[in-house]
Amino acid sequence: MIEVKELYKKFGKNEVLKGIDLSINRGGIFSVLGPNGSGKTTLIKCILGMVLQDSGQISINGKPLKNNFKYRQEIDYLPQIANFPGNLKVSELIAMIKDLRDSKATKDEELIALFKLQPFLNKKLANLSGGTKQKVNLVLTFMFDSPLLILDEPTNGLDPISHLRLKNLINSEREKGKTILITSHILSFVEEISDEIVFLLEGKIYFKGSISELKKKTEQPDFEHAIASILSSSYV
Amino acid sequence: MFKILKYSFYDLVRSRWSYVYFLFYLLLGAVLLFLNNDLSKAVITLMNVIIILVPLIGTIFGVMYYYNSREFTELLLAQPVKRSSIFLGQYFGVATSLSMSLVIGLGIPFIFYGIFNSNAIWDFSLLLVTGAFLTFIFTALAFVIALSNENRIKGFGYAILLWLFMAVIYDGIFLMSLLYFEEYPLDKFSLLATMLNPIDLSRVMILLKLDISALLGYTGAVFQKFFGTNFGLILSSGILILWVLVPTFFIWRIAKRKDF
Repeated sequence: MIEVKELYKKFGKNEVLKGIDLSINRGGIFSVLGPNGSGKTTLIKCILGMVLQDSGQISINGKPLKNNFKYRQEIDYLPQIANFPGNLKVSELIAMIKDLRDSKATKDEELIALFKLQPFLNKKLANLSGGTKQKVNLVLTFMFDSPLLILDEPTNGLDPISHLRLKNLINSEREKGKTILITSHILSFVEEISDEIVFLLEGKIYFKGSISELKKKTEQPDFEHAIASILSSSYV
Repeated sequence: MFKILKYSFYDLVRSRWSYVYFLFYLLLGAVLLFLNNDLSKAVITLMNVIIILVPLIGTIFGVMYYYNSREFTELLLAQPVKRSSIFLGQYFGVATSLSMSLVIGLGIPFIFYGIFNSNAIWDFSLLLVTGAFLTFIFTALAFVIALSNENRIKGFGYAILLWLFMAVIYDGIFLMSLLYFEEYPLDKFSLLATMLNPIDLSRVMILLKLDISALLGYTGAVFQKFFGTNFGLILSSGILILWVLVPTFFIWRIAKRKDF
C-alpha cells in the first residue's frame, strides 16, 4: 500500500525527516506516535503530497507520487484543524466534496444520523461549535470508501459519546480490510485501537511493531510507561 | 479548476463584505449622478475614486481571503484535485466576485439614468473594464504576496505597501524625476513610466478617452498622439492583460512548489 524510501525533508535549517523508511503492506490500524516536532504531521503530509520532500520516494499502490494527484482518490484524510468556508451550509459542503471527488457511492446519510448532525445541515459553517465542526469533518472523511484512511488527531474536541462512536466507526472500517493511519496524543485511545505502532523520534523511525513488542523492548509493564521510557532515555 | 472557482464564488457572493462593497458602489453611483446631473462629469469623478479604491480593495480582499481559507485549502489539497487548479480557482473566484460588485453596483444607477441613450456609454464601459482589470491585477498580486508569506501580518504589510507604492509613491517618484530632468526630452520616459504602472495606465487611458487631454498640456498632446491611436489602445490593453497574466503565472508557480 504505502512505500516510503529514504525520505528527507527540512524546513529552512530545521531537518524534520532524516531518512524515513516505512512500508505498510496490509490492512489494519497503524498509529504514528512521537513527541512534538518529531515529524508525524510532516510524514503524513508528505504521503498526501501537501509537503514536497527534498529527497526520497513515496509510492502508494505501486504508483510514485511525483506529479500525480489522482492517487488521492484512494485516500480519505481527516485534517487536524477543521475550518471551512463560513458562508457555506453543512449540506452544501458535503455536496461540494462529493462533487470534487466525483464519487457517488457514499454513506453520508448514515454518518449524519450517527453523529446526529441533521439539525445542523442547513446552518452555516461559521455558526458551528468546534466539536460540531469536527463531526462534519469526520463525515467528510468517512463518507467515501477509500482503501486508505489517514486521521490526524481524530478525537480533537469530541464529546465522550461521539468519541465512542468514532472508535466503533474506525473498528468497522478495519474489519473491511482498510489501512488506517492515525496520529494521536491520547495514549489510551491509541492502545485500544492500534494494531501496530510507528514511533518517530527526531525524524527517524525509532520503533515499528505491535504494542506488546514495544513493552518487551522497553521492559515496561504498560504502554504509557513504555512510551515514557523511550522519551526519557532520548532526552537524557 | 471551474469547480473550485464555482464554490469560492458562491462562498464570496454570500459574504457580507461583497454586499457592502456592492452597496457602496451603488450608492456612490447614485449620489454622483444626483449631484452632478451630468454623465461625463460623473464618470470623471468615479474614475478618481475607482483608480485608488479598486486596487486597495482587491489587494486587501485577496490577502484576507487567502489567509482565511488556509485550513480549507488544506482540505482541498488532500482531495484528488490539481494544486494549480485550487489556487487559480480561488483567485478567479475572488477577482470575479469583486469585479461583479463593481460592475453591477455602478451599472444599475447609470442604466436607470439612461446611459444607453447617451454618448458617455463608451467612456463608462471603458471605466468598468479598466476597473475589472485593476481588480484582477491587484487580486493576483495579493495572492502572490500571500502565497509567499506564511506570516499574516507580514503578508498584509507587504500588500498595503504594494498598494501605497503603486497608487501614491510611484507617482511621487515619477513627478520628482520629471522635475529633476526637466531639461531633457521626457516624452518617451513618461510614456514608459506610465505603461509600467497599471494604475497610471488606467488613469491615462480613461482621461484620453474622455477627451480632456488638453488639461495635461504638452505631455497630454504626446500622450494623445500615442494612446489615442488604435495602436496605443491595443498596446495599453495588452499591457493590462500582461499585468494579469504575469502574477497569475507566479501564483501557479509558487503554488506548485509550496509546502502546506
